[in-house]
Amino acid sequence: MADGNGGLRLGERIGEMATRVRGGSVWESMFRPGSPLKKGYSDSPRNRSYVIMNSVLYHLHPVKVKRHGVRLSYTLCLGGLSFFLFILLTITGIFLMFYYRPTAEAAYLDVEALSTSVAFGSLVRNMHRWGAHLMVLTVFLHMSRVFYHGAYKPPREFNWVVGVVLLLLTLLLSFTGYLLPWDQLALWAVTVGTNMGGFTPIFGPGVKFALLGGIEVTGNTLLRFYVLHVLFLPFVIVIFMAVHFWRVRKDGGISGPL
Amino acid sequence: MVDIPEHLLQRSAEARAKALGVPVEQVLAEMRGEAPPAPSAPAEAPTPPETAAVVEAPAPGDPDATAEQTPAVETKVVETEVVGPVETPEPEAPQGSLAPVAAPAEASPEVASPPSPVSGGDAPLAASVSPRPVAQPEAIPEGVRTQRLLTVVKARAIQQVKSSPADKVNTWPHLMIAEFTALLVMTGFLIILSVILQAPLLELANFNATPNPSKAPWYFLGLQELLSYYDPQIAGVIVPGISGLVGFMAIPYIDRNPSTKPSDRKFAILLFTFFLAGSATLTMLGTLFRGPGFNFTYPWADGIFFDDLKDWVDFG
Repeated sequence: MADGNGGLRLGERIGEMATRVRGGSVWESMFRPGSPLKKGYSDSPRNRSYVIMNSVLYHLHPVKVKRHGVRLSYTLCLGGLSFFLFILLTITGIFLMFYYRPTAEAAYLDVEALSTSVAFGSLVRNMHRWGAHLMVLTVFLHMSRVFYHGAYKPPREFNWVVGVVLLLLTLLLSFTGYLLPWDQLALWAVTVGTNMGGFTPIFGPGVKFALLGGIEVTGNTLLRFYVLHVLFLPFVIVIFMAVHFWRVRKDGGISGPL
Repeated sequence: MVDIPEHLLQRSAEARAKALGVPVEQVLAEMRGEAPPAPSAPAEAPTPPETAAVVEAPAPGDPDATAEQTPAVETKVVETEVVGPVETPEPEAPQGSLAPVAAPAEASPEVASPPSPVSGGDAPLAASVSPRPVAQPEAIPEGVRTQRLLTVVKARAIQQVKSSPADKVNTWPHLMIAEFTALLVMTGFLIILSVILQAPLLELANFNATPNPSKAPWYFLGLQELLSYYDPQIAGVIVPGISGLVGFMAIPYIDRNPSTKPSDRKFAILLFTFFLAGSATLTMLGTLFRGPGFNFTYPWADGIFFDDLKDWVDFG
């Protein structure tokens, strides 16, 4: 529609430009065949398959799933939400790393400054903390859901074992992160937690010593927990997650092979 | 040697019977090694003894006659060739009658009166056939292509096809939309939560001021609760280490019941539910009902002694 000056309305101009961009060779090259973002995408069974097969992210999924598996009440999306929370925690965690130094002198002040003088700092820290609690919860509930469906039965026994390892790693990630604010809550919760682990008869005291970098929680512990929290444990958990997802596809996911 | 599937044997026999103008049953029996080969009539076969030569003569009783023809192909071409028509064999092969497509020279005496279908060894028939006669390679008629069955590989030996019809839907859009919605809801929930509830930050860590009570993170509080009842060796090692970790990993190897129906696995569900209820109870007790000195308190009377989740339940 023309306005008083005979030009096109802004909306129409944008629409026209979008059409030109979507028809251009640059845009064309960016997306694999079947992408819904590509120009001329049409809803066909072939394209529905391509959307999954030709996407690096989506191809974790099979092209087709059993109809009853799609029902929200069947899985409650707990496994997927655990994974999503892990990604969310990674993103917020990277943000927090910009403002945090893992030393006994600086850690507490950095967290305090983050909460008061960094844009969105408080919100991101809250999201990181509550998200971590939620992830422990969703992983645990995911395990319960899998048990009640009997989804650990052959041929999926080993994926259950991998899942239990993932639960343990999730707890360790949460526990190592617990110390990092270096306040009274962090210090004494970790003291109590590592004391409990120290009761293990043979290797308990040794593990406790290695974990704490001494016989009690000190500045060394803070550095160890920091490295474990931001590097070592995420590295290990990503490997186990890759195996977990792979085995879901190979051994069968939602009640039977997909 | 693999067993040749029945339908393949049948099809091969039909093609061969059609080409040679002999009954299917006869060829079939011959392929199975149950009966000696019958004479047949290839094109331009002038004399009865030579017409019989086209069909090879496996030893009676040899079960792998068909497949064992293969090595002989290189040396005696005619013996191992199965003469078949170009078109695919029809299911109705000539039985006791002449096959019109096979060859023009089918009027030889043997073919005109084909032997009756035999199931077992037929002594007089076997006697009439010369064991390994010589035949001309040019006995194959025009427009007829030669085929030979080398071997039959069962599909099962290489790959297992386990597709059974199932009610499936496309992941895109049906599953992805549900997942994306769940993702958005979770993000929204987390942001709202983070705006409302402030993450706790107490005073600076102080080694000389032990808070009373000192509590672990909430997911370890069930264990801490256990520790207040039992010896550390039991509560700190046997319960979490053995029953918790090792026991959990071993579940699929202990529970050998293949059924996933809840009605078939009442005991497993009962046990797991007991575990869930127990750990939830212990965690709640440790979080809410333990005060100074880790003694029992009532949260509604004395308040909550757990700084981490205090905001969740104690807005005042």
